[in-house]
Amino acid sequence: MAAKKKLMQGNEACAAGALYAGCKFYAGYPITPSTEVAEIMSVELPKIGGKFIQMEDEIASMAATIGGSLAGLKSLTATSGPGFSLKQEALGYACITEVPCVIINVMRGGPSTGYPTGPSQSDIMQAKWGTHGDHPVIALTPAYVQEILDETVRAFNLSEKYRTPVIVLFDEIVGHMREPITIPEPGDLEVVDREKPDCTPEEYKPYDDTKLIAPLAPFGDGYRFHVTGLNHSEDGFPTNNSEMIDKNNRRIMQKIDDNIDDICKNDESNLEDAEIGLFAVGSTSRSAKFSVNAAREKGIKAGLLRPLTIWPFPDKAVSELAEKCKVIIVPELNLGQMVNEVKRVAAGRCEVIGIHRVDGEPIKPAQITELIEKYS
Amino acid sequence: MAVAKQKLSVPFDYDKYLRKDKLPHIWCPGCGHGIVLKSLLRAIDNKELSKDDLCMVSGIGCSSRTPGYVDFNTLHTIHGRAFSFATGLKLAKPSLKMIIATGDGDAMAIGGNHFIHTCRRNIDMLIIVYSNAIYGMTGGQSSPTTPIGSIATTARYGNVEPPFDICEMAKAAGATFVARGTAYHTQELERTFTEALGHKGTAVVEVIDSCPIYFGRMNKQRGASEMMENIEKNGTFSVKQADKLPDEKKEGKLVRGILHRVERPEYCEQYDKLIVAKATK
Repeated sequence: MAAKKKLMQGNEACAAGALYAGCKFYAGYPITPSTEVAEIMSVELPKIGGKFIQMEDEIASMAATIGGSLAGLKSLTATSGPGFSLKQEALGYACITEVPCVIINVMRGGPSTGYPTGPSQSDIMQAKWGTHGDHPVIALTPAYVQEILDETVRAFNLSEKYRTPVIVLFDEIVGHMREPITIPEPGDLEVVDREKPDCTPEEYKPYDDTKLIAPLAPFGDGYRFHVTGLNHSEDGFPTNNSEMIDKNNRRIMQKIDDNIDDICKNDESNLEDAEIGLFAVGSTSRSAKFSVNAAREKGIKAGLLRPLTIWPFPDKAVSELAEKCKVIIVPELNLGQMVNEVKRVAAGRCEVIGIHRVDGEPIKPAQITELIEKYS
Repeated sequence: MAVAKQKLSVPFDYDKYLRKDKLPHIWCPGCGHGIVLKSLLRAIDNKELSKDDLCMVSGIGCSSRTPGYVDFNTLHTIHGRAFSFATGLKLAKPSLKMIIATGDGDAMAIGGNHFIHTCRRNIDMLIIVYSNAIYGMTGGQSSPTTPIGSIATTARYGNVEPPFDICEMAKAAGATFVARGTAYHTQELERTFTEALGHKGTAVVEVIDSCPIYFGRMNKQRGASEMMENIEKNGTFSVKQADKLPDEKKEGKLVRGILHRVERPEYCEQYDKLIVAKATK
């Protein structure tokens, strides 16, 4: 059977990916430039036994999304910068209570109301540090409409597998771009479902510390347990025991750290012999790819490292890049967020230069090409 | 509307609903929260509700620690947002019987927006607002129900803000069952909770409670039992008395009982009836 091709907008592809992954619950609040995700979910979810609710604000949306997931449904919410800020406390709650859910952030210009219809990549650090306390973060950065679909599926998979919220970050350009994509048939892409407990309710420990990730029972299925945002012991109840607090705080980080190779994903082009490395995500990485190709045509050894997982940060791939390149160029639609991470990993082994833009316009290939040629 | 009289079972096995290994509770000596919980557990027993279906959700504060002690599906969330977590749970799994444990600060200040929208949706849940006119957990700051002139650690010269009437707020926002009880009138409270648990839609029960440790000490009230008696003598009158009492006797007091009860379509049922029916046609 011929693959089903469709012209789709990025936000549409995001909704399609969520539905493919088995999402059955959406709670959200309208915000440009992500609103299409909510609009589509409001139409599609009731058709398949799912639930959609427009909440009274962004905080409530994040809270209801966690509630939906605790009831056992794969749950989604979508937002943009200001809304993402409002969601942060509840996002941290999902981290410590280990409730899977997916948060889409279609990035727009900031700070504050900023430039609602303009692209941005200025929430890279908010995704990592937005909520208080040390906490695990998985954030994905698709750059093409097809990738938004595929990476939204992967976001659900990682979220269910690692019992943690997963953030998908893409800028307004990709969110509103239309491209022909292939709609996957059932079975084409892996879909991971949440592990449920196989023990009796009496034996069930929602944070069983003999496991890195304990199965999560849905509320209302006979496993009566307690969930709290307080530091808790393996039975889920609050604890003041320093040893237990330490153990649990480290475990929720360790479950990500121990599985970096499974979580990290990069797209590499022309890196084998690269002397000038580029590191970019989202729409900026598309310009970077164009510049790399243009440079290659002129015989300049440029290559692109394009992370699809920005958190945890691709230390290993960046380190390899720093070994072989004389310079790493980091174009990003902010005033310097990823560039500092690249500098941290490069640790002086090569030069690291940022290209930054915050005027609501994309970084165009010419701007990157100019720098590549300067270093060639 | 008077609260219907019901036979009260005096000896009662609270243990079957409690997580006994999590006791003693954190509430201070003299706090009324435990009394409120007892009335609730008796009401749950009256309604023969299943522990597997019961889901208690709370925010932050003294009253929000209640879920930890009851053997249901329990969720202790973040400040003010219990309503929103509960809305997600209920919509995702309508078989859950939702009870929210919240306080006057949690529900009326930080959670005010969620409170009114929950009432507006008329989603099936019982909201119990433990109302003691103070932030207890953080050490006695003024709350949206602190009376004018009362002393709090953030109102050392006396509170200047007029208090919310929680029941009026609930009614205006669309709650279909609104009642007020107290930690003194325990049997009446049990009957009120029993009625509320049988109601389909958003039921709000404000429970006038006392905080002797913070509110009482700062406001020179003599002790826990005197504060309880004060609720009885000077704080409230019943809906039955409402028509008989002269206005001067009602001045500064709150009315107890079921204050509002109407039938209106419940949110989850409407979702199936209107949205799902059209979407799947």
